[in-house]
Amino acid sequence: MNFLDWLRQPWPWYVAGPLIGLTVPILLIMGNKSFGVSSSLRHICAACIPAKIPFFHYDWKKEIWNLFFVSGILLGGIIAAQFLADPSPIAVNANLVNELGKYGIADYHGLLPTEVFSWQQLFTIRGLIMMVGGGFLVGFGTRYAGGCTSGHSIMGLSTLQWPSLVATCCFMAGGFIMANFILPLILSL
Amino acid sequence: MGNAPFLKTDPLEVDNTDFEVRSLDAMCVNEMQKDEPMLYNLKYLAVGIVFGIVLVKAEIISWFRIQEMFRLQSFHMYGVIGSAVIVGMVSVLLIKKLNLKTIYGEPISIHPKKFNKGQVFGGLMFGFGWAITGACPGPLFAQIGSGATVIAVTLLSAIAGTWVYGKFRDKLPH
Repeated sequence: MNFLDWLRQPWPWYVAGPLIGLTVPILLIMGNKSFGVSSSLRHICAACIPAKIPFFHYDWKKEIWNLFFVSGILLGGIIAAQFLADPSPIAVNANLVNELGKYGIADYHGLLPTEVFSWQQLFTIRGLIMMVGGGFLVGFGTRYAGGCTSGHSIMGLSTLQWPSLVATCCFMAGGFIMANFILPLILSL
Repeated sequence: MGNAPFLKTDPLEVDNTDFEVRSLDAMCVNEMQKDEPMLYNLKYLAVGIVFGIVLVKAEIISWFRIQEMFRLQSFHMYGVIGSAVIVGMVSVLLIKKLNLKTIYGEPISIHPKKFNKGQVFGGLMFGFGWAITGACPGPLFAQIGSGATVIAVTLLSAIAGTWVYGKFRDKLPH
């Protein structure tokens, strides 16, 4: 097996986790930047549609590094999909396959099920709730919480900030409630 | 460039509340005193590229992995987040113990976070959104890059969500 083939396999958690953790000191040493992604959404608002809202009136150019960082994430996604793609379907827990089968989800070739997340599904009730509604909750919720998985769960916990622990517990609680009690109803639509 | 001390030369500095505004409900605030030339930002792009590749290759941006996580059907995501936090914690500890500086020689500073109710209400809302879309903000960018172009709609909706939060910020409990 050559190096590229080796890279194309799914990476285990003990490779990915430490690499993500190292992002924290790298950004700090590069220029005193605190690791975080969701603030980029705020900078986009500040740059494009600040209206007369004080929350968006600040020198967003001072945070432009964050927009370079998220552009990198987008490019990284392109590179991984173009050159490092794994052709085999994703291996998923049998119980989940069973459950999703009931909602007509059976395509495990992509990172997202095409039965839900695709342009064709965008204007169905299920598609609208999941793609548009879900996105809205992510954008509103992360800003209300003051950070997302990277800012609170990784950066915040790494620097021992207890408000970040509260936020992380709430992320997880919200996720458990949604995935187990509400999402099944949405997926049945 | 020499090692000249970073003097505050802005006469308006006293009245400059920009940092306070920028740091409102934001985790990642630029603490650097010095201004970097625009091109120097490419190093953050490079870090982003590596981060994006990791997100895709470890299937962190997979909707299926997120569903498994919230149903306790797989250890994968807990392993990723747990080991990332441990490595981050040890790194920050080392930075403090060894008194490391940035590559520009500035002391490293970390902005402390104050508790407010937003971390509970907003946190729950984000949790809902995370379980629905299978993505936090970082993965949204990586999902689009990896070819799920329809997620651009989800990203626009997330930007709209952030905007609506900013608009009604004063009326929300904090």
